[in-house]
Amino acid sequence: MRLVILEDYDQASEWAAKYICNRIIQFKPSQGRYFTLGLPTGSTPLGCYKKLIEYHKNGDLSFKYVKTFNMDEYVGLPRNHPESYHSYMWNNFFKHIDIDPNNAHILDGNAPDLQAECDAFEKKIEEAGGIDLFVGGIGPDGHIAFNEPGSSLSSRTRLKTLAMDTILANAKYFDGDLSKVPTMALTVGVGTVMDAREVMILITGAHKAFALYKAIEEGVNHMWTVSAFQQHPRTIFVCDEDATLELRVKTVKYFKGLMHVHNKLVDPLYSMKEN
Amino acid sequence: MPSNKSVSDAPIAQFTNCRILRDRRLQREDLWVREGKILNPEKLFFDEKGSADIQLDCKGSIIAPGFIDVQINGGFGVDFSMATDDFKSGIDLVSQKILSHGVTSFCPTLVTSPPSVYHQVLPQISVRNGGAHGAGILGAHLEGPFISKEKKGAHPEHCIRTFEAGAFQDLLATYGSLDCVRIVTLAPEIKRSSEVIRELTKRGICVSLGHSVANLSQAEEAVQHGATFITHLFNAMLPFHHRDPGIVGLLTSDKIPAGRRVFYGMISDGIHTNPAALRIAHRAHPTGLVLVTDAIAGMGLAPGRHTLGQQVVEIDGLNTYIAGTKTLSGSVATMDACVRHFLEATGCSVETALEAASLHPAQLLGIEHKKGTLDYDSDADFLMLNDSLYVQATYIAGEEVWRQDVLGM
Repeated sequence: MRLVILEDYDQASEWAAKYICNRIIQFKPSQGRYFTLGLPTGSTPLGCYKKLIEYHKNGDLSFKYVKTFNMDEYVGLPRNHPESYHSYMWNNFFKHIDIDPNNAHILDGNAPDLQAECDAFEKKIEEAGGIDLFVGGIGPDGHIAFNEPGSSLSSRTRLKTLAMDTILANAKYFDGDLSKVPTMALTVGVGTVMDAREVMILITGAHKAFALYKAIEEGVNHMWTVSAFQQHPRTIFVCDEDATLELRVKTVKYFKGLMHVHNKLVDPLYSMKEN
Repeated sequence: MPSNKSVSDAPIAQFTNCRILRDRRLQREDLWVREGKILNPEKLFFDEKGSADIQLDCKGSIIAPGFIDVQINGGFGVDFSMATDDFKSGIDLVSQKILSHGVTSFCPTLVTSPPSVYHQVLPQISVRNGGAHGAGILGAHLEGPFISKEKKGAHPEHCIRTFEAGAFQDLLATYGSLDCVRIVTLAPEIKRSSEVIRELTKRGICVSLGHSVANLSQAEEAVQHGATFITHLFNAMLPFHHRDPGIVGLLTSDKIPAGRRVFYGMISDGIHTNPAALRIAHRAHPTGLVLVTDAIAGMGLAPGRHTLGQQVVEIDGLNTYIAGTKTLSGSVATMDACVRHFLEATGCSVETALEAASLHPAQLLGIEHKKGTLDYDSDADFLMLNDSLYVQATYIAGEEVWRQDVLGM
């Protein structure tokens, strides 16, 4: 893995956005040759989305030939509810960029047959040629997407019941009222994300520090599903100083020492204007 | 993915780089329009997988709902209270000219007139949508003749009437027809006005109190019977008195039926109401304030003499008086000038000033589900304004119907 440690949230968000930008541009996407991106929601990636939008508005990055697949969506929440992941993606990303709506895929938590919806989603990913870069976050309980502790590490897209930790973490988006938080969601499986050619996990804040420790310094364990990525050939963890608080000093020093290598991935920052 | 597909192939316009008035605030959002209505872009994206056909850069302008003028007696030489042969072309001229003032819908107003005028003029006014030809007509505002002689203002005394034995039938006989009537201003102290107010309200006509010497109880009773508007607050009514606030007291009355709101028109041209009085009214009841121009035929024309129904009026700058007197008679202010003056005099927010000319009149007439806002699915009648609230372009049903040219004409 690469562990990229930046000083604070803003710098981590910017590094991640630059990396995504460079990957898309270097791929040289075009008609019939789309760059496929897996996308997360939540508060962690907001800064990254803002930077990507900035690059787009400056004319440096276009999403015309990018296909996106979101990780998850609540079950039973109306699609236009302000807290649905459809609303999140529209307001925080899609409405600001030039992506073709046919290429923006999000699971439908109100589908009449939820498992069929999940199977269809897996099929769509397959038909798109698989995911080039799956961007994700980590829950305080170490989950990736809604793969709660105990999820199979070879799981595929399916319906999951949310763990109490997750419901508590999400309550802030529902006026702090636990009874309003959805209890079920459709989510890509750990196996689904493992199939991506590259995975980037964004982790910021002290409250995620313990989960990061469990994910990278302890063993592969279905109680901390992000740990599965220890077995993925190309994973990058992008974090801020606070997220490293539970790691060994030795680990942090080693990876900080590699920053000059890591920074070559984002500097120079490419632009579609040059092409 | 959601599977509802739209069946519309109509072009979609996306107005970008603007601040729109939505949910009571100016927000950095794009405005999407299709088939003359405001479109929900999120629904378009997810349900229809649609995107914009045209994108228009608004260069940082403010986009506000089109202004609605519920009291305008004429303009540009046209007097709505005058039964001329070319009345229709007169109303067309005014409706076209006021687009440049940001007015997208209006109620042509007739002052107190003899029955013959109503019988000739009203059949020539029809409710119609706006467009490139001009602002939309919501219906006529009949200000009089059932008003108080003591508060006639510029209205001709010999045409003022009371309700005789027939009450509502008298009104019907006087006007001839109520088909295109939207608002009636009357004085509630006139005997039998209560039943008339009830009858008008039953027919969906907005009843307004004005040109009256009613005390607060009479005004409150009128509201209980259905009246919802006050015609040009402070003008042509008893002044506020601390032991009997009169009609002005409706702004803070506790006898308004639950769920109802009393609206009041204000001519904020800087002449009809002292800014301090404007501020008192606004602070007492901000959500009821409706900006009106009460413009007369001379609006848009050079100073001098013009007609207003049966009277001759004299224009000198922004002041208009009955010729040879100091009695105010309507105004020559334009709606956008009223909005700017209101903003400056009250120090209110831009949102509040814009709503006083759009949302509030729409609420008064019960049409806020399609006019007066930029909510999804409402009619795409809107304005582009600069930060000082000068109108740069007017749109009706999503089509540009007026634009400020570079020379500022």
